[in-house]
Amino acid sequence: MASVDIVDVRKSFGAVGIIKGVDVEIGDGEFVILVGPSGCGKSTLLRMIAGLENITSGEIRIGERVVNHLPPKDRDIAMVFQNYALYPHMTVADNMAFSLKLRGAGRDEIAGKLKPAAEILGLTHLLDRYPRQLSGGQRQRVAMGRAIVRDPQVFLFDEPLSNLDAKLRVSMRTEIKELHQRLKTTTVYVTHDQIEAMTMADKIVVMHDGMVEQIGAPLDLYDRPANVFVAGFIGSPAMNMLKGRINPSDAMRFVTEKGGVELPLAAPAPDSARDRDLIYGVRPEHFHQSAHGLPARVVVVEPTGSETQVVIEVGGEELVCVFRERIFARPGDGMSLEIVAAATHLFDAATGARLS
Amino acid sequence: MKANAPSLVASFGQARNGPGLLFMLPAAAFLLCFLAYPLGVGTWLGFTDTRIGRAGVFIGLENYQSLWNDSVFWLSVFNTILYTVAASALKFALGLWLALILNENLPLKSFFRAIVLLPWVVPTVLSAIAFWWIYDSQFSVISWVLMRLGLIDAPINFLGDATNARASVIAANVWRGIPFVAISLLAGLQTIPPSLQEAASLDGATSWQRFRHVTLPMLSPIIAVVMTFSVLFTFTDFQLIYVLTKGGPVNATHLMATLSFQRGIPGGQLGEGAAIAVAMTPFLLAAILFSFFGLQRRRWQQGGAD
Ligand SMILES: Nc1ncnc2c1ncn2[C@@H]1O[C@H](COP(=O)(O)OP(=O)(O)OP(=O)(O)O)[C@@H](O)[C@H]1O
Ligand SMILES: [Mg+2]
Repeated sequence: MASVDIVDVRKSFGAVGIIKGVDVEIGDGEFVILVGPSGCGKSTLLRMIAGLENITSGEIRIGERVVNHLPPKDRDIAMVFQNYALYPHMTVADNMAFSLKLRGAGRDEIAGKLKPAAEILGLTHLLDRYPRQLSGGQRQRVAMGRAIVRDPQVFLFDEPLSNLDAKLRVSMRTEIKELHQRLKTTTVYVTHDQIEAMTMADKIVVMHDGMVEQIGAPLDLYDRPANVFVAGFIGSPAMNMLKGRINPSDAMRFVTEKGGVELPLAAPAPDSARDRDLIYGVRPEHFHQSAHGLPARVVVVEPTGSETQVVIEVGGEELVCVFRERIFARPGDGMSLEIVAAATHLFDAATGARLS
Repeated sequence: MKANAPSLVASFGQARNGPGLLFMLPAAAFLLCFLAYPLGVGTWLGFTDTRIGRAGVFIGLENYQSLWNDSVFWLSVFNTILYTVAASALKFALGLWLALILNENLPLKSFFRAIVLLPWVVPTVLSAIAFWWIYDSQFSVISWVLMRLGLIDAPINFLGDATNARASVIAANVWRGIPFVAISLLAGLQTIPPSLQEAASLDGATSWQRFRHVTLPMLSPIIAVVMTFSVLFTFTDFQLIYVLTKGGPVNATHLMATLSFQRGIPGGQLGEGAAIAVAMTPFLLAAILFSFFGLQRRRWQQGGAD
């Protein structure tokens, strides 16, 4: 087990900068999740930690040891590749046992490690098959198995559950979480799945275009996104964002640009926010039905069973709201809504940064 | 009869494979004329006492009986096997080594790949003549360099001494055959996804272990194909030997192919020459059988892809 420190790491392929100065501190035993849009450099960063990609500048330390020039085989890292990278000429059992065999482990030791791992991953009946004879999800589980039979310093997972069906994904999520609680191995995990990120991470790193937008605990990111990008990226359905300015005569109210609708703020806007273009953010679940609220018009109603998602129109802008209760409104109906003022966000329109 | 003919034509045309068979006719005719016919005639000649200028009569296995007791024939069998085994092993080892080097990210990669192909694009006779000069007993460039370096006192008698001659023709054959092996294996290496090497290195494999446990097994299907062809080409080699040594000194480098030609054409004993050539078939069949089993899809290659 070890901490991983990434200090001002940059990476360019030729002249193209892919990672543009990333700083992340990962504590010993922490479970860190990397999220970000496709192509933002998550896999590249992971590969740099593993030593598969050299670092253009900066420093990566694993447990206080600078590993910039350490070859992958000496880093004691297990990685699950986005494309599995199973050895096609080895059975599932051999794939999983390969690293143990290289280390010179005996038959008994290998069997002792293989069996529980295969059981956790539901691979016991597939141990004699070759990768070609497996489905995508089964291959992904073998790739997971190859990583967990080892006892590495660091686990790197690159979207390890992306090919599983919803049910298996939920149970694997729990398994990985339990595994982490048992082994306490430092883990860096890439995913596109919001729920995975929110439920599994000790710490989420939001990346965008080769840079870190924000690092923090899942709920911190959710409750206090540092900028418009994080606000829009974390949470599903995404946060509603409206352009506008502060009401010059009332610092507690925001006026939308399009319809001139007045919306409540969590706190009086700072003086610096006056007379500037701002972005007002409110999450879909922070709307209530109320007799004296904003007049809104229903556009679409989408019941999902446990909740109801309603698209409404307020002053020419469409907003998404989620209600715990059933809503029986029809498109075109009027609705009166109140916004939970304390849960609203304010960002600078020019820089995208949060204004507290 | 007359009523039958059109219906036969009609049924032929209607049969599911009718047009297919028709389209195969040119190819079948071609194969018959240029493959089956010479093979058949050659085999037949082996059972006759034909000479040049005189049609022979069937003499059964007499040719083979005399070959059985012919020490020169047995020497040529030994030479052929030695030549094939030594040259193929060297071509494989050196070709694989070259392929591995060329698969790395070298500067001027395509330039080196083109260079490696050179020995193969030069006509065999031309390269054989070049080797003939290189191996010349007086003007050999190798002897000259070694003498200049002070390593030897007198020119090496490359083609005059039995052992030297064997080594020399094997070296020439290896030089000529390496490109085929190297480029084919390079093509094979490039089908191995780099992520497998990465996974193995993360699993803690040294570069030798990666080669031994990942590269080599994944390359084995290609190795089987390439080495089968290489063995067949080497076993039937004729041009190099004929230009360099004509089988000498004292038959030390006579291969079955050259002996067959020598007995058959310059020697005029067509029947005996043909019998020697036919005697090569068991060896070639063995090589083909070996490749048939070697080439079978390995279990890990079976089953659907994505
Ligand atoms: N070997 C390479 N040469 C040049 N560009 C590369 C190379 N590898 C990756 N890139 C580029 O680097 C960027 C980041 O790629 P990376 O694979 O890290 O994205 P990612 O965040 O993992 O995306 P995804 O979520 O789709 O997996 C991409 O724009 C990609 O085109
Ligand atoms: Mg990726």
